[in-house]
Amino acid sequence: MQQRYVSIWFRYLATDWFSLRQPQLKSLPFILRGPDHNRMIVKASNAIAERAGIFKGTVLADARIAVSNLEVMDDRPDIYERLLKRLAEWCIRFTPSAAIDLPDGLLLDASGCTHLWGGDEAYISDISGRLKQRGYDVRISIADTIGAAWAIARYRKGPMCIPPGHGTAALLDLPPQALRIEPDVIDRLRKLGLKKISSFINLPRPSLRRRFGVDFIQQLDKATGQQIERLQPVIPRELYQERLPCLEPIVSATGIGIALDQLLNTLCERLRLEQKGLRKAIFKYYRVDGKVGSIDVGTNRPSRHASHLRKLFDSKLDRIEPDMGIELFVLEAPVVEDAIPEQDVLWNTSSGLNDIRLAELIDKLSSRIGQDSIRRYLPAEHHWPERSVKATLSLEADLVSSWLPGELRPFHMLRTPERIDVSAPIPDYPPMLFVYKGKVHEIRKADGPERIEQEWWQQKGEHRDYYRVEDQEGHRYWLFRLGHYNDKHFQWYLHGFFA
Amino acid sequence: MQREVTGNKSHIILALRADILRLEGFRTAHGNSEPHVSDPIQQAFPGAVFPSGVTHEFVLSSIENFSTTGAFITTIISSWLNTQGAIVWIGAEQKLLPSALEPFGVPPDRFLFVRVANEKDLLWVTEEALKCPAVGAVVSEVKDMSFTASRRLQLAVEESRTTGFIIRPDRLKLPPTACVSRWRVSQLPSESIDNLPGIGFPIWKVELLRVRNGQPGVWNVQWADQQFNYPQAPDTKDYQPAKAG
Repeated sequence: MQQRYVSIWFRYLATDWFSLRQPQLKSLPFILRGPDHNRMIVKASNAIAERAGIFKGTVLADARIAVSNLEVMDDRPDIYERLLKRLAEWCIRFTPSAAIDLPDGLLLDASGCTHLWGGDEAYISDISGRLKQRGYDVRISIADTIGAAWAIARYRKGPMCIPPGHGTAALLDLPPQALRIEPDVIDRLRKLGLKKISSFINLPRPSLRRRFGVDFIQQLDKATGQQIERLQPVIPRELYQERLPCLEPIVSATGIGIALDQLLNTLCERLRLEQKGLRKAIFKYYRVDGKVGSIDVGTNRPSRHASHLRKLFDSKLDRIEPDMGIELFVLEAPVVEDAIPEQDVLWNTSSGLNDIRLAELIDKLSSRIGQDSIRRYLPAEHHWPERSVKATLSLEADLVSSWLPGELRPFHMLRTPERIDVSAPIPDYPPMLFVYKGKVHEIRKADGPERIEQEWWQQKGEHRDYYRVEDQEGHRYWLFRLGHYNDKHFQWYLHGFFA
Repeated sequence: MQREVTGNKSHIILALRADILRLEGFRTAHGNSEPHVSDPIQQAFPGAVFPSGVTHEFVLSSIENFSTTGAFITTIISSWLNTQGAIVWIGAEQKLLPSALEPFGVPPDRFLFVRVANEKDLLWVTEEALKCPAVGAVVSEVKDMSFTASRRLQLAVEESRTTGFIIRPDRLKLPPTACVSRWRVSQLPSESIDNLPGIGFPIWKVELLRVRNGQPGVWNVQWADQQFNYPQAPDTKDYQPAKAG
């Protein structure tokens, strides 16, 4: 089949977008500014400003002098990719495969689509008509290759619809910029007097490659169709959404419950067929008086278990205020992940942390007491006791390093060490006795010291000398001295209790 | 239930006792029904097996005893409960240092720690965790527990076969609970190894204050090399077991 590609060029994408939001800008010279090497330059200008001689790259101060009533706004370079993606998704009505072409264009694969509109002319005029209606100034061309369509949309003066087989001929009159090549290559071509594609397209290829590089040859081949170029089509996001309109407004809790059950069942069935599970679900209700409310739940693991999700919603259902009645319920799953079903019948022999029921328990608990309250701990490679473990939420996270031998660490560690008074004989000997909470503990046995240095890349401070001690009653403590014995500021602390 | 009446009535009584125990919710650990004849503490329980699928209560008389009690519970989980499931530890704050759990036989990453400040929520979390069959054991540090609350927890485990350990502060007069047993674990001076200086293996004084259908007692236990040793018989002359509530 004959390949046909459409290139859409938004001539004033940025300024059109701002004008759509502030219609008064349409009739004014209007530019967007942005920083460049410590000065403000024009990042985009609209048609009126361009007629006054202000183009992209003009210094802002010069532009203000040239046009007195210039409207200036800050550029937002982060939005254009998203905007183009939205426009590409909108273009899926014209072709199944639409791609974005940064910074300011779209590419459509129109092969086999145009006859539905009655030919290439009608096809592109329909697209450009609709986009102009939306407020975008566009130039649209159709040709046999992506490269040719791109070049014609931007540089050709004349008809934009190139019949099949005439693509290369239409390129001949265009300047070399139309080939999407590097600026320094363009400069070199201009210095050699090669101002049109026709003046170098028939030159011997080895010498072209030697002078202008492989990229140049490739771009030329892409435009003429000797090298195939592929699109990266946008894939529209599938919405996981179920709707339930009601004949009569719903006011009772039972009715809301039934609606939720129905929506959950249909959504979970769909997720089951697609082998997916939801991580977040939003239950929205539209009231008769026009108000919209919602409740949401999150899960620890992708889930498509309707009764489990129902239990999670249960605790929040009383927040719904039906007032005059609810006429529409919508259940959305904004976060959906792949969930391969486990063979729970065959492999249910050992139920460790990978048990789905455990994940459901965590969901249930976190819906009431908050997700931050539930933690698992994994070893962290730090000697400083407060940093020796790291908390994780995930049940899947596996050990990356092994646990340190734990005999030397107390079972019960105080979050902040508590100051104690100590009698110690000589440096580096364990203390003889210490006073903790008004009680004197005589030390009978002791191990240590174990010196733990500060991790200087994390924080500054004194080292700690830890001692494990046992008092007259057999209680075992973890004490440390902060700093050297001969320092003025050393202090003893109690940091934990051994089993 | 029809039983053949034979000459020896003691057989019938033994069988009936076993039936009553089963009806009372005593079941042995999964796949671990062999009586531990060698283990003196297990001898105190009916059938000489530590009962799983029930709730046990531990009382704390001082702040130092928390680590001992926690470590003793961990050793019970590792050596007497034959479970692969997760262990849920519920408390108002994070007291435990997870890396210290390993010497007591359970990998610390099998634990899930839940911190709940509100006492009402804490009991609710405990009950929900006990209801979950995927949970191997639940350890819960409560401030206080009424008889009704303990009854609810006991009912939750009868369904799921999870074992619950409730840690609560000691009081002069503890209310009765529906837990199967009540323990107090405290520290004793460690024994030096070959008269070397320093601290030896931990020794604990384990008091079984109350046990349903069993024999209360007191033992000195040493945890060394992943197993219990019984260094010496404690002095039980002046020991008065608490009244069964």
